[in-house]
Amino acid sequence: MTPMPMTQVPLLAVRGLTKRYGERVGCLDVGFDLWSGEVLGLVGESGSGKTSVLQCLAGRLEATAGCADFFQRDGTIVDILRLPEAPRRRLARTDWAMVQQNPRDGLRMGVTAGANVGERLMAVGERHYGRIRREALDWLGQVEIPQDRIDDLPGTFSGGMLQRLQIARCLVTRPRLVFMDEPTGALDVSVQARLLDLLRGLVADLGLSAIVVTHDLAVARLLAHRLLVMKDGEVIESGLTDQVLDDPQHPYTQLLVSSVLQP
Amino acid sequence: MSGYNFAYLDEQTKRMIRRAILKAVAIPGYQVPFGSREMPLSYGWGTGGVQVTASVIGPEDVLKVIDQGADDTTNAVSIRQFFARTTGVKTTTRTDRATLIQTRHRIPETPLREGQIMVFQVPIPEPLRWLEPRESETRKIHALEEYGAMHVRLYEDITLHGRVATAYDYPVRVNGRYVMRPSPIPKFDNPKLDRNPALLLFGAGREKRIYAVPSWTSVKSLDFKDHPFTIEKWEQSCALCGAGDSFLDEVIVDDKGGRMFVCSDTDYCARRREPTR
Amino acid sequence: MSESAPPAIRIRRLAKSFTLHNQGGVTLPVLRRLSLRVDAGECVVLTDPSGSGKSTLLRTIFGNYKPQGGEILVRHGDRLVDVVSAEPRQIMDLRRRTMWYVSQFLRVIPRVPAVAVVAEPLRALGVGRADAIERARAILGRLRIPERLWELSPVTFSGGEQQRVNVGRGFIAGHPILLLDEPTASLDAASRAIVVQLIREARESGTALLGTFHDADVRDMVATRVVSLAEAETEAA
Repeated sequence: MTPMPMTQVPLLAVRGLTKRYGERVGCLDVGFDLWSGEVLGLVGESGSGKTSVLQCLAGRLEATAGCADFFQRDGTIVDILRLPEAPRRRLARTDWAMVQQNPRDGLRMGVTAGANVGERLMAVGERHYGRIRREALDWLGQVEIPQDRIDDLPGTFSGGMLQRLQIARCLVTRPRLVFMDEPTGALDVSVQARLLDLLRGLVADLGLSAIVVTHDLAVARLLAHRLLVMKDGEVIESGLTDQVLDDPQHPYTQLLVSSVLQP
Repeated sequence: MSGYNFAYLDEQTKRMIRRAILKAVAIPGYQVPFGSREMPLSYGWGTGGVQVTASVIGPEDVLKVIDQGADDTTNAVSIRQFFARTTGVKTTTRTDRATLIQTRHRIPETPLREGQIMVFQVPIPEPLRWLEPRESETRKIHALEEYGAMHVRLYEDITLHGRVATAYDYPVRVNGRYVMRPSPIPKFDNPKLDRNPALLLFGAGREKRIYAVPSWTSVKSLDFKDHPFTIEKWEQSCALCGAGDSFLDEVIVDDKGGRMFVCSDTDYCARRREPTR
Repeated sequence: MSESAPPAIRIRRLAKSFTLHNQGGVTLPVLRRLSLRVDAGECVVLTDPSGSGKSTLLRTIFGNYKPQGGEILVRHGDRLVDVVSAEPRQIMDLRRRTMWYVSQFLRVIPRVPAVAVVAEPLRALGVGRADAIERARAILGRLRIPERLWELSPVTFSGGEQQRVNVGRGFIAGHPILLLDEPTASLDAASRAIVVQLIREARESGTALLGTFHDADVRDMVATRVVSLAEAETEAA
C-alpha cells in the first residue's frame, strides 16, 4: 500500500501555538496544517480558546509560544508569529483578510461603500479612479449588494448588508487566507442563510483558504471541510467536518453535538 | 530692545528648534515634534511660523511677512513689527529683496531663488487626522507608508463632487516618500512647491510640529491617473495690473454686488504696475 | 489490464463500535473483524435486516464514521489508499474523484437550486459551470424531475423528489466507486426503474457498487453478488 504523495506545502503550518494570560491559558499547544482551498472550522464554547488561536494567527494578539509557517505568494515561507510589524501589516492588507463578527469593526463607517471596497486597492497602489470604481461595482454585485448603493454611507445599510460589504472589502485583493470570527454571529437567523451561502460560493469560486471560528455547529458543517474542536484551550478532537459531527469520538464533542437544538 | 534676547527666544530654545529644523530638512516632509514655546500671540495666529522664523533669523537677514499674499493686513504688519523690534533687521515688501519670508496661506507669484527661506504657518500638520484621531496610529501609518487611505479621501471627493473638491491645503507627496499638508495655501500654489530653489520650512505652534522641504525637492500633489491634479483658473485678469497668471482675490466694491478681481500677491501686483520702483 | 485486477475496495478486519460517553459510557459494537472485497463492474448488495450495521459499513468506508481497527483499501487512480489511516485531505480527494456515497436523505441547503446541487460534484472536478449545469439538467430530466423545479431549492420538494436529486448528484460524475444506502427508499416504481438503469449503466462502465436495497425486486435486478455482514465478519481476509 502506498500513501498519497504530499508534494505540496501547506499554506499555513501551525505548531505548538500557546497563549497565556498570566496564570490563565488562552490556548495550549495548538497545531494544524491548513491547505490551499481548505476551510478549517474552530469550534467550541466560550472560553474554549478558539478566538485566542485566531487572534494570535491574525496578528492581533502576541502568542506566548509556537510557530506558524505561512507559504507566501513568492514561494518563501515565513513564521507569521515572529514577523515584524511592517511586513505583517502588509500581509494583512494583501494576502490575508479578517472578517469580523461585527461588521462595523471591519469597515469605515464614515466613507461610502465604494470607498470601503476600493481602499485596499488604493493601498496597494491602484491609482485609476475608473478602474477602482469598476472593481468596487463588480464586488458589490458578487456579494449581492445593489450596485446603486455604491455611493451610500454604510450607516444606511442593514446588518446583513454591512457584513456582505465587509466581505467585499476583505476579498478585493484576493487574499489567499481569510480569518473569520463568528461571521454570522451578529445577524438575524433569516439573514444568516444568505450570508453562509455567499461565503460557500466565494470560497469555492476563489479557491480561498479560511479559518472560521464559530460556536454554531450548523455554520461549521456548512462552511468547513475540517474541524478542530476546542475545550479549555486545547484541541480535543479533529477531523473531517462530517465525521466529527456525525461520529464524534470525544465525550465533549458528543456532548456538543447532542446539545444542538433541532427546531 | 532691552530685556529680551535677539528675536525674542532664548538661545537654548533656538538651538532646540534648529535641531528640529535640521532633522526636518534631513527627512523631507516628516513631522518633527518640538517644544513649542509660549509666544506673544495666540495659538492659531502663527506661533509656529514665528518660532521658526525667530530661530533662523540673523542680523543680516531681510524679512518679508505676508498674510494671504498681502504685506499690509493686520497680522502681517504685527508680525513684521514684532521682528523689527526684537531683532532690528531690515524689512521689505519685495519678494525679490527678501532673504526670509514668513507667510500665511500663500506662496508669492515671484519665483523664489536659492538662498531664500520661506516659513509657512501651519494650523494642522497631520494629513491623516481626518481619518485617524490617534497620533500613535498616524505615526505608524507614515512610518509604514500606508497611504491608501489618503486616496480614499480623494476618491470620496470625486464620487461626491465629480472632482477632487479640496481647494487648499491639498496633500502632497514629498520626495516620493512622506505625505504632507502644505498648509492652507490654495492648490494653485502647489506646483510652486515642486523643485523650489528655496528652503521651505513649516511650523505648527499649537500642534508642536516642524517639517521641511529642502531646495530642489520633488513635491507631487496626490491625484488619480484619470483625474489628474489641476489648478484654479480665472476668466478675468487682475483689474489693477492686468496679470492673467496670478491667484486672484474677488473684491466686492459696492452694495450693488459690484466686484473686481485683483492679485492676491500685493507685491507682485505693485511690481507689475510700477516696475521701476 | 491484467486478468486479476486489484479490487476497487478491499476491507480487512474492520472493527467499528460506538461509545456513548454521555449515556454511561456504553459501547455498542457494530462491525467485528469484517472483511469484504468489491471489484470493478460488481454490484455487491448487503442483505442484513435493518439495524445490523449496513449503513454503518457504508459510512465507514466513505470516511464519515471512524473505525476502531482494520483496513479499508480503496483504489484511487493508480494507488491504494487506506481510508482508516488516511489524512482528511486524502479522504476529501477520494470523495472528489473516486468514491461517492448516496444516502437516503438529501441534506438540503436553503437557497441552492436543485440543478446546482446536482452539478456540484462536476464543479469540484473542475468542469466549467455551463457544462456542469447542462449535464445536471440532463440527469434531472432523466430522473423525471419537472423542469419547473430545476431552479428551485429542494427545500420544498417531496421526499421522492429530494431523493431523486440526491441520486442525480451521486451518479453524475461517474465516480468509479459508489456506495448506495437505500437509494430507492422513497421512490415510486417508475423512478425506481430509472435508478436501476443508472446502476446497470454504471456497472457496465466498470464502476464498483456496494449498496443496500430495502426492495427485493430492485436488489434482484442490480446485484451481481449478495453478501451478509455476518458472512463478511467470519470471512478470512
